[in-house]
Amino acid sequence: MLLIHCPHCREHREEEEFSYGGEAHIVRPLEPEALSDEEWGDYLFFRTNSRGIHHEMWYHAVGCRRYFNATRNTVTYEILETYKTGTQPTITGASA
Amino acid sequence: MSRNRLESHTGATLDFTFNGKAYQGIVGDTLASALLANGVDVVGRSFKYARPRGIFGHGAEEPNAIIQLGAGAATIPNLKATQVELYQGLEASSVNGWPSVDFDVMGIIGAFGRLMPPGFYYKTFMYPKKLWMTYEHFIRKAAGLGATPVEADPDSYDKLNQHCDVLVVGAGPAGLVAAREAARTGARVIIADEQSEFGGSLLASKQTIDGRIATDWIASLVAELAAYKNVQLLPRSTVFGYYDHNFLTILERRTDHLALSAPSGTRQRIHRVRAAQVVLATGAFERPLVFAHNDIPGVMLASSVSTYVNRYGVAPGNKLVVFTTNDNAYQTALDWHQTGRQVVAVVDSRTNPSGEIVDAVKALGIEVLVGHGLIEARGKKRVKAALVAPINESGTQVVGAVRYLDSDLIACSGGWSPAIHLSSHTGAKPVWDPNIVGFRPGASKQQERSAGACRGTFDLAGCLAEGASAGAEAAKLSGRGDGGLQFPGFSVEEYSEQPQQALFLVPHTQSTSRAPSQFVDFQLDVSASGIELAVREGFESVEHVKRYTALGFGTDQGKLGNINGMAILANALDQSIAETGTTIFRPSYTPTTFGAIAGRDVNHLFDPERYTAMHRWHQQQGAEFEDVGQWKRPWYFPQSGESLQKAVNREGLAVRNSVGILDASTLGKIDIQGPDAAEFITRMYTNSYLKLAPGKCRYGVMLKEDGMIFDDGVCACLADNHYLMFTTTGGAAGVLAWLELWQQTEWPELQVYFTSVTDHWTTATVTGPNARKVIAKVCNDIELSNEAFGFMDWRDGTVAGVKARIFRISFTGELSYEVNVPAHYGRHIWEALIAAGEEFNITPYGTETMHVLRAEKGFIIVGQDTDGSMTPADMNMDWVVGKNKAFSFIGKRSLQRSDTVRENRKQLVGLKTLKGSDVLPEGAQVVFDAKQKIPMSMQGHVTSSYYSASLGHSIALAVVKGGHSRLGQVVYCPLADGRSIAAEIVSSVFYDPKGERQHV
Amino acid sequence: MKKYSAFSLLKNALSYHENWQKVWRSPTPKKEYDVIVVGGGGHGLATAYYLAKVHGITNIAVIEKGYLGGGNTARNTTIIRSNYLWDEAAQLYDLSLKLWEGLSQELNYNVMFSQRGVLNLGHNLQDMRDIERRVNANRLNGIDGEVVSPQRIKEIAPLINISRDSRYPILGASWQPRGGTARHDAVAWGYARGADALGVDLIQQTEVTGIRRKDGAVVGVETSNGFIGARKVACVTAGNSGVVAAMAGLRLPVESRPLQALVSEPVKPCLDTVVMSNAVHGYISQSDKGDLVIGAGVDSYNGYGQRGSFHVVEHTIQAICELFPAFSRVRMNRQWGGVVDTCPDACPIISKTSVQGLYFNCGWGTGGFKATPGSGYVFADTVANDRPHPLAAAFNLDRFNSGALIDEHGAAGVAH
Repeated sequence: MLLIHCPHCREHREEEEFSYGGEAHIVRPLEPEALSDEEWGDYLFFRTNSRGIHHEMWYHAVGCRRYFNATRNTVTYEILETYKTGTQPTITGASA
Repeated sequence: MSRNRLESHTGATLDFTFNGKAYQGIVGDTLASALLANGVDVVGRSFKYARPRGIFGHGAEEPNAIIQLGAGAATIPNLKATQVELYQGLEASSVNGWPSVDFDVMGIIGAFGRLMPPGFYYKTFMYPKKLWMTYEHFIRKAAGLGATPVEADPDSYDKLNQHCDVLVVGAGPAGLVAAREAARTGARVIIADEQSEFGGSLLASKQTIDGRIATDWIASLVAELAAYKNVQLLPRSTVFGYYDHNFLTILERRTDHLALSAPSGTRQRIHRVRAAQVVLATGAFERPLVFAHNDIPGVMLASSVSTYVNRYGVAPGNKLVVFTTNDNAYQTALDWHQTGRQVVAVVDSRTNPSGEIVDAVKALGIEVLVGHGLIEARGKKRVKAALVAPINESGTQVVGAVRYLDSDLIACSGGWSPAIHLSSHTGAKPVWDPNIVGFRPGASKQQERSAGACRGTFDLAGCLAEGASAGAEAAKLSGRGDGGLQFPGFSVEEYSEQPQQALFLVPHTQSTSRAPSQFVDFQLDVSASGIELAVREGFESVEHVKRYTALGFGTDQGKLGNINGMAILANALDQSIAETGTTIFRPSYTPTTFGAIAGRDVNHLFDPERYTAMHRWHQQQGAEFEDVGQWKRPWYFPQSGESLQKAVNREGLAVRNSVGILDASTLGKIDIQGPDAAEFITRMYTNSYLKLAPGKCRYGVMLKEDGMIFDDGVCACLADNHYLMFTTTGGAAGVLAWLELWQQTEWPELQVYFTSVTDHWTTATVTGPNARKVIAKVCNDIELSNEAFGFMDWRDGTVAGVKARIFRISFTGELSYEVNVPAHYGRHIWEALIAAGEEFNITPYGTETMHVLRAEKGFIIVGQDTDGSMTPADMNMDWVVGKNKAFSFIGKRSLQRSDTVRENRKQLVGLKTLKGSDVLPEGAQVVFDAKQKIPMSMQGHVTSSYYSASLGHSIALAVVKGGHSRLGQVVYCPLADGRSIAAEIVSSVFYDPKGERQHV
Repeated sequence: MKKYSAFSLLKNALSYHENWQKVWRSPTPKKEYDVIVVGGGGHGLATAYYLAKVHGITNIAVIEKGYLGGGNTARNTTIIRSNYLWDEAAQLYDLSLKLWEGLSQELNYNVMFSQRGVLNLGHNLQDMRDIERRVNANRLNGIDGEVVSPQRIKEIAPLINISRDSRYPILGASWQPRGGTARHDAVAWGYARGADALGVDLIQQTEVTGIRRKDGAVVGVETSNGFIGARKVACVTAGNSGVVAAMAGLRLPVESRPLQALVSEPVKPCLDTVVMSNAVHGYISQSDKGDLVIGAGVDSYNGYGQRGSFHVVEHTIQAICELFPAFSRVRMNRQWGGVVDTCPDACPIISKTSVQGLYFNCGWGTGGFKATPGSGYVFADTVANDRPHPLAAAFNLDRFNSGALIDEHGAAGVAH
């Protein structure tokens, strides 16, 4: 069971308080109608599914109800950082 | 006095039975020590060959003494007798053996053991094909250990969530001093040990520490720890799992030592511990030696023999032969000698053992056979003799004449294997160390360190020193103390030990494949020849061999057998043990009660039940309830003896002809505020809310980004920048998270805020032609005329003296008022409305009637008429999709994909059975040609279907391929009973197609 | 290949089992193969077997980074059924079920396919509607199944709790008698032995580290033991599919999640069938050894760690104690996790890719074991003919662009 630091509550809390939000930093296309079915399908469904460093969203569902991002190693499950939505990770696959 | 009980050992007696026979033990006994005291040799039968087996060990490693405790609802299968504390009246029995464990007819199978090598079942029972299930029936019957209860568990269980600075696992010498060092820094310490008493290996030791006998030293140390307020002592508590982020689980057995079922309180509980730092001091398991017929009762671990003698005052035999590869087991000869019983010989595989303890044994006149192996035990249900012979220096061959030693007890020791299980749970990869002839814990992956025997440090002084350092270090890293030691040194009397020999398979005069079975894993009858056979057949990976032979799959999880097995495998593959590697240990360290893992969250606490404010009223009216998510909703309100159908007919007609009342409180309600609220809501729904004025409501459909319908409901504009969104009952939490997701992660620039207010409001829906008259009786501050308060409007007012918000929205197609009041007033309002409606025979109705009424109107229920593959167009609801909205609302783009614009998608239609009394089953499949053969070409299915009392015939909603262009066509629903019901495709709006009744 | 039988067992017993043939060779890889199958789990081995058996392509290597059948094949709870909702899925899974029915004889290896039936329980009215819909669809597709009452469920699984007073009472179930379980290791070993006998090279302890391409077409794979050439590379790497796809510059609509399972200590026969429940979220069967084999849903987060979170195990066991209150005193012997490749529509991908000669078979999520024979069969056909097998066509990657998803979340809702 993961122990997750909520950057809004500034506390480590148990995984049971959170729900997983999937891969982070996927930006909704500004003009969806301008995209081909392939491009739109890519946005909808295709993911990096990283083995190792992964940037992902978490929702503090029974806490502050805020989404935030985490940089987590999907093999060791170590959470390297959590950071607020709209900010960038300091640790990336390239840097780690 | 039982025959094997030493006279020096006394205590209050306890009566117990084993396999129906009465015995006596002593307070402090385990079931195993009591059985040995009474001279019970055969306690079980092995899994595959039904060989007689006796007690082999004294703790969690025990493979043979698997017992069924008690009978009836509280019976417990598969306990290890070595871990069962004796209590007055205990009843236990063997789990295998018919008609008895002493005479087991299945033992005959053992005679055919050679026909059952590892994996034999993969090679046979294939022909004839149809007989497999018969073969399997008998295989299953022969398998299994104990029997599960057949009634519900009478006990209750609990959980504790704990945080600590330092968790110490194991209260042997290393763990105890670790806890003390950590405790004195002020760190919050938990120390847990699986045994009833703290002390670990010292409980069976006669050593002295700082001049005191071990048991006294423990007692004072435990007393010292108990005095610390920051220390929690958990005896009878097994740390069974080590999970991510330093989360560990401890099973505390609170009452199992008192009775079969808890006399009071909870039987067991699990501590869910988040520890800053962990000290693992879990000790080591002695390794058996693998020789022919090493499974005969009377063969035991050397340390177990010592433990029974020293701790329990039980001498489990008379004539002992010690067989060892190391100095350590010489202690067993010394301990046995103290009992006054005979030590026949010490058989040492080493050619030239020397050292203080060897000399001490020799000094007693005990014969020491060096460079010898005990190659075979003889006897059936008890050891009668040991066959010994000289072996070569590398321990691979018998090189001299075989000699018989008359003996009834063989104590064997192949060295010690560190208990690295918990470290292994963390993913740390064990490292083979030839110096200790065992695997050490791998580099830490979590905030933990090992100390003492589990780290491969087997001398007492070393264990104490490591434990102290580990405790101080753990405390320091948790932010307590400076890492310095309070008790840096211990004075310990112990023999210095000479190197041991690595001997994993004792040679026999015959080859491994032809020698009598040399068992590696006792419980599952895995022998050395079986492992060699697996290699011969081409299985090379340790995991393959483990799976092919079942090595380590028993309830002891290979605590005894794994290392010998790996080593035999490595040898067969002609590679090193380090190259061969080991399998990964997984939780549970020892088997863990399901009930304890489930904890409190069973029965009525399995999942919370949500009630509306009127729940008790519904109960008093005799309502039947339906589970909708966690909510209990009234399903229907049967009057004396009414069936569901009769009740629904009555309730529905009441609504259509006069007035009904529905508890609609469970609908999700989200309060939305902020300057960008309208823009945000418009992005989430398919239609626009930009021009919705205060006082007005609008129905909307929400899509997922893939274009499929996700939720629907009405949204009301309460004031400028203030909205109330209704969601489906089951969808409320998901919709709120969905709104938050988009606002927070995609459009943070939109100022809008969401609050769930589902539980704040009670909703009573008054619906039917007489609804206005009912409302008028309890509300006089709202102008109720259709002109002043029209359909899809809402108003603030006072209802029966309570501030209320009334919505003129309708899910029945009738004139409707949804009266919302703060939930505290729910029951008051409800009863006031019921009283006001009495003259109109106001009728409470449940979800079933609600479904019928809305289906008559063709209103969909998301999740029933849709299934995650339906677009608004499929539901014939294009009217709800804003084609000209500036912003590309969620899901819009997906509506233009090639599959979503395709012809012939499944579309919502009405079905009217040709025979009006036929009611189609919901879930019936729709075909165009009833006469086709299976597999049929299915064109859709019935999503909703009812008998409509108002219309006098059945109605159904269905999704049918190309349905919107098939009105008037006849389709068929082939049913399981062979009937095929014909129905005509019609409009999905059956009742009041022009929608006039809700506008009056 | 020497045939296994009771006779061969007897014969070998007489010679102390010293003369058994090796189950498969340990060959040195050739420089080039016609087809390289990446991944030596059940699906990969079945693919190789049917390529050789049905399509006569025998110059094949199966490259496995660990040991054969060591991934999800070794970790799943062995449930087999074909009662899927949509035609496309039902036909694929039922092809598989039909192959299961003769697999022991086909492979001359007893995979212990045991048709003890599968119950999928319903606990609320919508569950029952979904069950009716699915069973009706199955029936008209020629797949066995019926909707059964709580009383009938109790006859099939006597220790189950059908009390109306439980939190989510059992209202009924779908019952597929042809469903059941099989011995998971035996499936991998049986296919491996069969493929080896047909000439397939099984290369273990060799990791594919790259997919070499030239002019948009595959020319071979880089491995931890050097380059191996092939014009066709068929990837069957389950949870690691995303990693392998990235080697060819591709992304997949797949996320890898931990899926946990556990077993009790062995107990005497007490559950003769497979029981699954979406609503209370758990499933259980009893192995021939006597273990209660238990599982539930995936963990919520992406993870390659072959382990998950303890609270998921707690919920699973709560569900089992809710369904079978008598099992509360039984004990968990061992728990573990696998890495499952989940697709947005809970259906697999059996597909060509934009790279010529590169094929993927993945996305089986929580339910791949049951599909092992059928998956291998249609994938082999797809690879051999460089076009989708008719039953694989719907499982093309393109469906994620067109929107033609096959939403099996209802039928696959609980991991299985």
